[in-house]
Amino acid sequence: MPRLPAPPLPKGLRPRPKPPGDDNGAGVADTLDPLEAGVTAVDWIDERTSLTPVGRWLLFRKVPRGVNWYYTLGSATLFAFLNQAVTGVFLAMYYRPDASGGAYESVRYITTDAFLGQFVRGMHKWGASVMIILIFLHMGRVFFFGAYKYPRELTWIIGVVLLILTLAMGFTGYLLPLDQRAYWATVVGVNINAGGPFIGPYLSNFLFGGADFGATTLSRFYAIHMLIIPGAIVALIGAHLYLVTKLGITAPPWLKAEPEKQFQPETDV
Amino acid sequence: MNQAEKEAYLREYSILKNEGKPFFPYAVAKDAVMALIVMLVIIFLALLFGAELGPKANPTTTTYVPRPDWYFFFLFEVLRVMRKVPDFTPMATIGVPTICMILLFLLPFYDRSPERRIERRPIALATALFAIGAMAYLTFSGANTGSPNTVDLKPPSNFTAQQKATFTKGELVVGQSGCLACHQIGDNGNNGPGPVLTTIASKVPPQQIASTLLNPTPPMPSFKGLRQQYPQKFQTLVAFLSMLH
Ligand code: HEC
Ligand code: HEM
Repeated sequence: MPRLPAPPLPKGLRPRPKPPGDDNGAGVADTLDPLEAGVTAVDWIDERTSLTPVGRWLLFRKVPRGVNWYYTLGSATLFAFLNQAVTGVFLAMYYRPDASGGAYESVRYITTDAFLGQFVRGMHKWGASVMIILIFLHMGRVFFFGAYKYPRELTWIIGVVLLILTLAMGFTGYLLPLDQRAYWATVVGVNINAGGPFIGPYLSNFLFGGADFGATTLSRFYAIHMLIIPGAIVALIGAHLYLVTKLGITAPPWLKAEPEKQFQPETDV
Repeated sequence: MNQAEKEAYLREYSILKNEGKPFFPYAVAKDAVMALIVMLVIIFLALLFGAELGPKANPTTTTYVPRPDWYFFFLFEVLRVMRKVPDFTPMATIGVPTICMILLFLLPFYDRSPERRIERRPIALATALFAIGAMAYLTFSGANTGSPNTVDLKPPSNFTAQQKATFTKGELVVGQSGCLACHQIGDNGNNGPGPVLTTIASKVPPQQIASTLLNPTPPMPSFKGLRQQYPQKFQTLVAFLSMLH
């Protein structure tokens, strides 16, 4: 069976070499050394999935010279999204999408009674703002660095869809507490959609689940907010990151490759 | 970019990439520091501002604030700007953002020059600065247009006592129903996205005011619910508006 190379352990932890002549048969060599258990488990999984090359491809790819802090904005957006996902799951444990009072009551319970409820709700709420800021900053970085140009056009297009979906998350989530502000902002927002050309009326009909705000509107918004859009976002982030890894991250546009430099590193000024 | 430029770019890029460092642990370390900062900022905001919950939603009446979260302020402001061309208001409020989105979407297809340094892309730079400026301005002015919910007008002195009473009650209903978020009456409320209502009665007869309230043009919300639940208030509202000559 092919083995991974042993991890570089500090001296004290390294398995002792066996004293010579102590080898009485195959049994001993086969006993599982506790120090190697982790490696063996990885081996076991890798033998069945061949995931190691994928991991190596993801982690040990090179990033070009000059990559700076602006390049962390994308992963910061991803991190803000993960924060939304985790805090959102906790909110969903208490939230009830019941337009006839249950929704408001459950949010009131989260805010005032549940253990750390207000804190988790605050993290979800402010996390949304932070994610929106970060996604715009990330987009700005990509724009100013010209990183959307060949061969990364598709990465950009997927990014724009992610931007729209993120804004849609903000819009659908705003209704869920079902307080006055939530209700009226949503009614006006959907009405604005209704005024749009061509698909406007259909879109507002779909969102309201009818001609007007009705019994199913809230559950519709809830399903869109916690199932449909997050699912799409996760899938698209996957595609986005696959492309980023596959194509490599851009070098800062002000850097020029100097192939001749490689031959005379000493004369560098 | 033509084929030669594409190949030149790929060649150049592969050299720069080779001169770089592995993603793990160098880039990952920076990302982790950034993630930590993001986490701390979110926790800080959550602890400092928490999450408030307003009064329960009430489709019929009372003070409401038809205001979205701050990152949609600019959309609402587009609405206010566009009211100057009433025929196009609905088109424009949806149309302008949609066109912007499509332009954003297709950016790599119409900006095809191989130049990547922003100081050598004057059009891109100017457009970006204009877009950032416009968004910032609209968000800022959106944040500063409050949603007042009181009307403070003097009933005309030639009114009878009963008319004056209706007038004052009507002011209250208008205030509670949030009309001022979109309309101006006298010195009260926001000028737009809806038209100024200070002299609405001289332009629109009462029946038509009532039917506007029931079946308005978007984005104005319908006040059918108010009429169903509180017919009295609805009558007062219409009566009040019909006094605004
Ligand atoms: C979300 C914003 C909004 C709110 C809230 C709102 N309106 Fe409007 N209203 C508008 C817009 C926009 C128009 C113009 C529609 C059009 O062009 O036909 C309008 C039109 C009107 C008109 C017709 C004006 C005319 O010249 O024909 C009247 C009357 C009116 N509104 C009264 C009210 C009253 C009373 C309230 C509160 C009970 C109210 N509106 C709340 C946005 C709003
Ligand atoms: C949910 C939202 C998003 C996430 C999680 C995300 C994540 C990332 C990450 C981790 C990278 C790696 C490089 C970096 O961090 O700068 C990246 C690159 C990139 N992103 Fe995004 N992104 C998002 C939205 C967007 C948007 C809105 C756009 C533009 C419209 C965009 C366009 C790009 C492009 C073109 C690259 C390649 C940049 C390069 O190679 O230098 N992304 N994205």
